[in-house]
Amino acid sequence: MTTIFYIASIIAIFATAMAVSRKNGVHALLYLIVSFLAVAVLFYTLGAPFIAALEVIVYAGAIIVLLVFVTMMVNLGKEGVEKESQLLHPTSWILPVLLTLLLLGEFLYLLMLQPGTGLSYQEVGPKQVGLSLFTDYMILVEMAAMLLMAGIIGAYHLSKSNSKTVHRYLRDEQNETNG
Amino acid sequence: MEMALLVAIILFLIGLLGVLVRRNILFMLISIEVMLNAAGLAFIIAGARWGNPDGQVMFIFILAMAAAEVSVGLALVMQMFRKLNTLDTNVASEMKG
Repeated sequence: MTTIFYIASIIAIFATAMAVSRKNGVHALLYLIVSFLAVAVLFYTLGAPFIAALEVIVYAGAIIVLLVFVTMMVNLGKEGVEKESQLLHPTSWILPVLLTLLLLGEFLYLLMLQPGTGLSYQEVGPKQVGLSLFTDYMILVEMAAMLLMAGIIGAYHLSKSNSKTVHRYLRDEQNETNG
Repeated sequence: MEMALLVAIILFLIGLLGVLVRRNILFMLISIEVMLNAAGLAFIIAGARWGNPDGQVMFIFILAMAAAEVSVGLALVMQMFRKLNTLDTNVASEMKG
């Protein structure tokens, strides 16, 4: 279990350093996915399987998808097309794929182990987390829900594409002069 | 346990270095994600040390906060790209604050 932990830590640190230091956004996101998957393995070895699943679903799934979409949208243009053709050259994706395969090997090894034997810490399962979340921390759950709602509304308003942003008083004046 | 905390610290420092060094705003957002993830890892380690679920509960709240933060941040990145046609934060220093 300690070797699993150390391998996953080294992969996490290496992938994060590569993600922060890449020049190309898409290559950085490939390494960022590897980093999140490695941290998910760390969570599992620390006795938090529910959080490991959430890390894969929300971080490596939803947040990365958002970042990929925006990276692709801001790459548009003449040079963007030429860049995109060289984007998935094998030298850029072979290392993330190898690291992910290493993590897959660790995952399969963890699945082979007898349940409960391999963990170096006491496992805290989803049942305990849910009980604590919806009794002691109920008000924080509601506040997190409001925060997410505010995030949705803020993102919607910020990403509306009105090319000319005129203050409403000025807009009224413009309408009067035109009409 | 100490090694796990060391990993969390190293990850956080890599993210902090990325925010300070990179001038591409997309990479700054990525670095902030890395820092949030490292803070969550520290919470999980603390929860695992005492065997209670509070650390995992805090990680779930960090997760919700990160999702809201990245959606608003990416909307701001899109607005900046639309207005300035670049992602360089040095270009967006018109306010001279």
